[in-house]
Amino acid sequence: MHKVKPGIILFVILFGLWLLLAGADRDELIVAAAASLVISVLFAGRASALGSVRLHPKAIAYAVIFFFVFLKELVHSTIDVAGRLLSPRLPINPGIVKVRTRLKSPLGRIILANTITLTPGTMTIETKGEYYYIHWIDIRTEDIDSSTEAIVAKFEKYLEVIFG
Amino acid sequence: MIQIIGAVISLVGSMFIFLGALGVVRMPDVYNRMQAGTKATTLGSMLTLIGIGIVLPGWLGKLLLLVVFIIITNPISSHALARAAHHAGIKLTEKSVRDNLKEDYPKEDDNG
Repeated sequence: MHKVKPGIILFVILFGLWLLLAGADRDELIVAAAASLVISVLFAGRASALGSVRLHPKAIAYAVIFFFVFLKELVHSTIDVAGRLLSPRLPINPGIVKVRTRLKSPLGRIILANTITLTPGTMTIETKGEYYYIHWIDIRTEDIDSSTEAIVAKFEKYLEVIFG
Repeated sequence: MIQIIGAVISLVGSMFIFLGALGVVRMPDVYNRMQAGTKATTLGSMLTLIGIGIVLPGWLGKLLLLVVFIIITNPISSHALARAAHHAGIKLTEKSVRDNLKEDYPKEDDNG
């Protein structure tokens, strides 16, 4: 059972990749489906990290919401950092803070760390187990809990449902 | 009309990339420079590519794929660079408030 779900997700990813690259020509689609099927059956065992993705409807809905939350944060913080850059005094307050995550699965942690890095103003420098060390361009908090609340919580509550 | 919309989106994207370049010049240390230099490409190149995709709809699928690959690879490379810089013992700027990583693992950083 634990090989079936990674296989299905791998198949969907490969097939979607083909659709975006080659378009939807009917004869080619059959070849693409066959090739994706062979690859996903062969490599399902090695893609076990994908097994932590949950596929029930709530998780899928949260994945969609997560995408839009990420876009909103991306735009918001890009404008924030751009404003700091253009200001003559360069009002930055940088440093490295430690935060804690509640996520358990490796894939969930990787995606959380990468989301934090992609958002301007914060950058994951090191991960040690459940702790992340994050370079933050404008530190507003004092201790680990309030830093976690400010950086991690807004993404974590969605990833928690998607990955557990 | 659609060409103008696409061109405006591309222009906004290239403005963010320009701001990133400005950040590399203005920021005081490696980590802040890296923030400016790598993060600008996130929204900047996303908007630039999507703008091109709106002007040339036939390319939209491939350009979205490029955006996905940038989203996947960009954080990994910037994380690896920043981590390497910290392990090599490069100091944070004087303006920095604190460095929890150095406090928790002082030995590792001194080794270089």
